[in-house]
Amino acid sequence: MLPEAVQHAHHPSALAHQFDSLEQQREAATLGMWAFLVTEMLFFGGLFCVYTVYRTWYPDAFAAGSHELIIWAGTTNTAVLITSSLTMALAVHAAQTGNRRLLITLLIVTIALGCVFLGIKSFEYYTEWMEHHVPGLNYEFEGEYYRNAQIFFSLYFLMTGLHALHMIIGIGIMLFMLWFSIRGVITQEYYNPIEIAGLYWHFVDIVWIFLFPLLYLIGRHTHV
Amino acid sequence: MSEHIVPPRVYYIIFSILMVCTGLTVAVAYVDLGHIWGPMNTVVAIAIAIFKATLVVLFFMHVKYSPRLTWAVIAGGLFWLLILLTIIGDYLTRAWQPFGSV
Amino acid sequence: MSSTVLTPPHHYLNDGFGVKSWLLTRDHKRIALLYLAGVTFFFFIGGAMAVLMRLELATPAGDLVSDETYNKLFTMHGVMMVFFFLIPAIPAVLGNFLVPIMIGAKDLAFPKINLASWYIYMLGGLFTLYAIIAGGLDTGWTFYTPFSTVSSTTNVVPAALGIFITGFSSILTGLNFIVTIHRMRAPGMTWFRMPLFLWSTYATSLINVLGTPVIAITILLVAAERVFHFGFFDPRVGGDPVLFQHLFWFYSHPAVYIMVLPAMGVVSELVAAGCRKPVFGYGFVAFSSLAIAVLGFLVWGHHLFVAGESVYSAMIFSILSFCVAIPSAVKVFNWTATMYKGSVSWETPMLYAYGFIGLFTIGGLTGLFLAAIGVDVHVTDTYFVIAHFHYIMVGGTIMGYLGGLHYWWPKISGRLYNESLAKLAAGIIFIGFNLTFFPQFILGYMGMPRRYHAYPPEFQVLNVLSSAGASILGVGYLIPMIYLMWSLRYGRLAGSNPWGAVGLEWMTTSPPPTSNFAETPIVTWDAYEYPARVESHVA
Repeated sequence: MLPEAVQHAHHPSALAHQFDSLEQQREAATLGMWAFLVTEMLFFGGLFCVYTVYRTWYPDAFAAGSHELIIWAGTTNTAVLITSSLTMALAVHAAQTGNRRLLITLLIVTIALGCVFLGIKSFEYYTEWMEHHVPGLNYEFEGEYYRNAQIFFSLYFLMTGLHALHMIIGIGIMLFMLWFSIRGVITQEYYNPIEIAGLYWHFVDIVWIFLFPLLYLIGRHTHV
Repeated sequence: MSEHIVPPRVYYIIFSILMVCTGLTVAVAYVDLGHIWGPMNTVVAIAIAIFKATLVVLFFMHVKYSPRLTWAVIAGGLFWLLILLTIIGDYLTRAWQPFGSV
Repeated sequence: MSSTVLTPPHHYLNDGFGVKSWLLTRDHKRIALLYLAGVTFFFFIGGAMAVLMRLELATPAGDLVSDETYNKLFTMHGVMMVFFFLIPAIPAVLGNFLVPIMIGAKDLAFPKINLASWYIYMLGGLFTLYAIIAGGLDTGWTFYTPFSTVSSTTNVVPAALGIFITGFSSILTGLNFIVTIHRMRAPGMTWFRMPLFLWSTYATSLINVLGTPVIAITILLVAAERVFHFGFFDPRVGGDPVLFQHLFWFYSHPAVYIMVLPAMGVVSELVAAGCRKPVFGYGFVAFSSLAIAVLGFLVWGHHLFVAGESVYSAMIFSILSFCVAIPSAVKVFNWTATMYKGSVSWETPMLYAYGFIGLFTIGGLTGLFLAAIGVDVHVTDTYFVIAHFHYIMVGGTIMGYLGGLHYWWPKISGRLYNESLAKLAAGIIFIGFNLTFFPQFILGYMGMPRRYHAYPPEFQVLNVLSSAGASILGVGYLIPMIYLMWSLRYGRLAGSNPWGAVGLEWMTTSPPPTSNFAETPIVTWDAYEYPARVESHVA
């Protein structure tokens, strides 16, 4: 067979041992994140499937439930998340151009916007709790849609709750990225972690882009 | 992936379009499009959402400048999501009578 | 030639000793062995449940256990076997060990995630074990609503959470394999030079990544509904219990392909090596794996024929279920054609391969009976269905798993096992398996329902045959445990290529070094270039 010769080429410290080059490592990490996002598509997809079925069956109950949601909060949150996606994309750009200061600033702004989102969401949840719209805890709903609106609110809490959980995880990831950036781990040659963290962040934004009209804007032109 | 560096100007333009679309979605929701076609409001809302998501994917997520494998992965995910959503087909056809029945 | 018989001084098994070197390893080969321990453990728990079930079913009266206990037995048997043995076994044990070596890489793309996936698997398993010990689960492994969400008084939530957690193990493993196969193939290793085991592992990983998230959200919905009474599957609130079945089977049908595709990949390897011939129609076999993965996602509704789905859905799913049999048949034909005029050997791994081909064919054909709605209406929820899927999962997957385990055992351990004992065990398993499950086809056809702990006396003879077979099968499974463990210490040293087979894994030492190869191989040959390639690699 082959002799046990070992080659020690000079490897940059960011290169993991199983890869032959930083390029290969970057491609692998990016592909891995995209494949993971596909799993998230299917994960949320299950809930969208449940939503599709029950909105088809109970359009009026869904509209009635939707009218109870705080539309200015949802709209503001949509704007907040889109802005955070902007700052995230700019942060990747800052990393690509070696602008460490700007990268750190933009990461902080992104995290802050994420926290604003969660803050507004918490306010909404609190309001809904006070209005007794939480299935399983204190659910009441007046009128003929009492039964079926329970499904709407269950979906609302489950879908936005799962989304909020992903936001929290996203903020955690961003805090790690912030730490890497401050420590100088991120350089103009090695900024892939910021890129793939950004992919996750944008995905969570996209989920909200769909959640917002599907939950908040049902039948708003009518007065149920 | 993107050794291609996207100029910030592009990001600002996309951001503006996204914000406009958000406002549009809310505004249209208050207009009754039901007399054009029953589910029209929902169709428009979803169409705008798909448009916004596409912009985020292509530009913020750099997919426009990504290798074909990335496109294939995304397309695969979307295709499978659509398969999952065909579950609604069962519900839409439950009321249909099988041909040849009394 | 004498150099082939010596164990190399440095290999992955002696590269660090002690518990920490195993529990904190990043080496895909050690992680494979961690999984081997885990899946074996859960297999025997599931097996113990089966033993109790078959003991009960030896007599018509429900005299050994109560009906409630019996419900818990078949549930936990299903849960343990499906989620903690069949789904992980070949990918996480053989796949983890072989994928990097077969493509000429030093490790998987994400070694730390690989280790994490094992911890997640064990955590989920222990959660679910807790559910058994703390009172059991009686919903069936299928968790049908609204029984699981409303009426069942057993530990549904911990079991559901355990399965939810374990799902992430599958997802992470799938991600790892997909990225590794796409991005880390050695120079010259094109897609069409890869061994077919890699094609089927890739297809399996696609299913893992696309399907597992759906069961994750579904089982989470069950737990959430049970705790918060959301009502998605509760008719009292306007929910539809059949929606659960749609979502559940959207994953669980592709899941059965997660179970069988890797075994098919193993069989391709075994048949090529055992007949000293390239697999006939390599391209067809490779694409059939992808076809099974894709088509497998389009047939879930055949589990809902009598559940209340619309007639039109049922008809479409029936046609698609017939279609999904085609790529499987392609594989069987191609394996058979490979054996034709091949130099057929009868060593233990090949015995398992040939057994797979026959038993999988029976299992697959009976699947077609079930795909026909008219027949399904009569045999659904009877022992016919049970026999069908056990022919595939036990006669198929487990035999593929054992065949692969035996074939690659010399590579994994550096030792040869006792061939005579191994052949004996294979024979006992084959006989025991058929005696256990063939009578069940007849029982089902005659009308014996599944999941019942008592039955009318006219079914007793076949049940006794089945229980007798089960005892033989159980003995058969214990024997390899013994001689494989024995071989670790006392087995003859294997050398790099004891089978004289073609493949990158046979070009490195047994056991392999931690980084798999002394130098990155450069591949200039096809996957099964027999017989020319063999001599030059045995040295």
